[in-house]
Amino acid sequence: MRRHIQYLLTVAVIITMSPLSLAGVLPDDRSDILYHQYVGGGVEIDGPSILVRKSVSKNVSLAANYYVDLVSSASIDVVTTASPYTEERTQYSLSGDYLRGDTMMSFGFTSSEESDFDATTYNLSIAQDMFGDLTTLTLSYAYGDDTVRRSDDPGFFRDNTRQHYGVGVTQILTKNLISALNFEVITDEGFLNNPYRSVRYEDAGSALGYSFEPELYPRTRTSTAIGLRAKYFLPYRAALEAQYRYFTDTWDINSHTFSIGYTHPWNDFTFSARYRWHDQTGAHFFSDLFSRSEATNFRGRDKELSPLTSQTLKFSVAYEFLSNGAGFLDRGTVNLAYDHLMIDYDEFRDISTGALLGDEPLYHLDANVFQLFFSFWY
Amino acid sequence: MARLLLAVSVAGALSACGNIEPWVKPYERDRLADPIMFLDADPVSSAYIYHVYEAREGARGGEGTAGGGCGCN
Repeated sequence: MRRHIQYLLTVAVIITMSPLSLAGVLPDDRSDILYHQYVGGGVEIDGPSILVRKSVSKNVSLAANYYVDLVSSASIDVVTTASPYTEERTQYSLSGDYLRGDTMMSFGFTSSEESDFDATTYNLSIAQDMFGDLTTLTLSYAYGDDTVRRSDDPGFFRDNTRQHYGVGVTQILTKNLISALNFEVITDEGFLNNPYRSVRYEDAGSALGYSFEPELYPRTRTSTAIGLRAKYFLPYRAALEAQYRYFTDTWDINSHTFSIGYTHPWNDFTFSARYRWHDQTGAHFFSDLFSRSEATNFRGRDKELSPLTSQTLKFSVAYEFLSNGAGFLDRGTVNLAYDHLMIDYDEFRDISTGALLGDEPLYHLDANVFQLFFSFWY
Repeated sequence: MARLLLAVSVAGALSACGNIEPWVKPYERDRLADPIMFLDADPVSSAYIYHVYEAREGARGGEGTAGGGCGCN
């Protein structure tokens, strides 16, 4: 498998450490069965995600998540420098919440496995309601340990470690308005580049005018993100949400991300729409075409490290059934969500077109993301 | 002296926090308790889509999640 930067963090972390829930109440007993599909840029990824959450006492709730990515890739990177491939990633998460008064303590463990990459993450968090339960403060920490291998080199092993520190505040502002502030610092150390990906450099001796060599990233990265979101209850029972995130890291990637969303219930249906805009600068060691071989100490041609602008349109609908319960079930919903991603790369060029060196068009990616899931409360 | 004043100010501010009266009473939170107002109503779904964003963009974290995953091509 060809990996980008190895983003730590896990599905379990969001499920157990979200600063967006109140600390004084255990999460609902709930199960979700989700099918996801991503299609875009020559890549198709699909698979299930299944979550089961159940309280085992009035103070303790446990959750387990099983997640699979089935990947079939002929991406722009793959078709220009390697061969299409298929693979499978399987992820297991276990987590628990312990409630004591207005304090919630959570822990989690996640394991992710694929043919050439393993990741293990442990996470802890503590959340406290205060000021008459208007404010919830959450502190979180996660530690991740990855092993990177190469499918074509049995002797290749590289390690990464990753630590995550988070502070979140959820604040009720008025009887119609709730907000959340989320601050996260993530540090990585180890082998952070993709063992398969190459960079391109000018080579007069080549018929194309360029050749490839392995990319080489710095061995450390520290990123800081601060996000603010607010949700407002409209008078006719609908909700308006806005979100902003500022991101910066030691690789010189800086970004601004905005989104606005609207939720409108109608009978047993709930309709939602969202627009998201993301703009980032590129990593200091990114170049689409280096001037020569080993031109700089660090070098990368990962398109996600290029300056880019990403836009997403999302539509979703949920239908509630079993409103009056059935057997041990209290209620259930079936949900369909569609996201359309449009990404314009400011420096990464599409060399698959066969255009002459320097005349290649900038790359553009469209992707469609579908989610179909059933949720049951009991 | 300046440090003493600072300490007294901080202590005063913190003690004042203990006296904050909730300006939204519990019986006024019915709208906030409506499921359409949940900031993360479907954790499994939001975890997945933030995973997609992190795989397709150079930024990570801060969007109301602490989560992510692999960055598959």
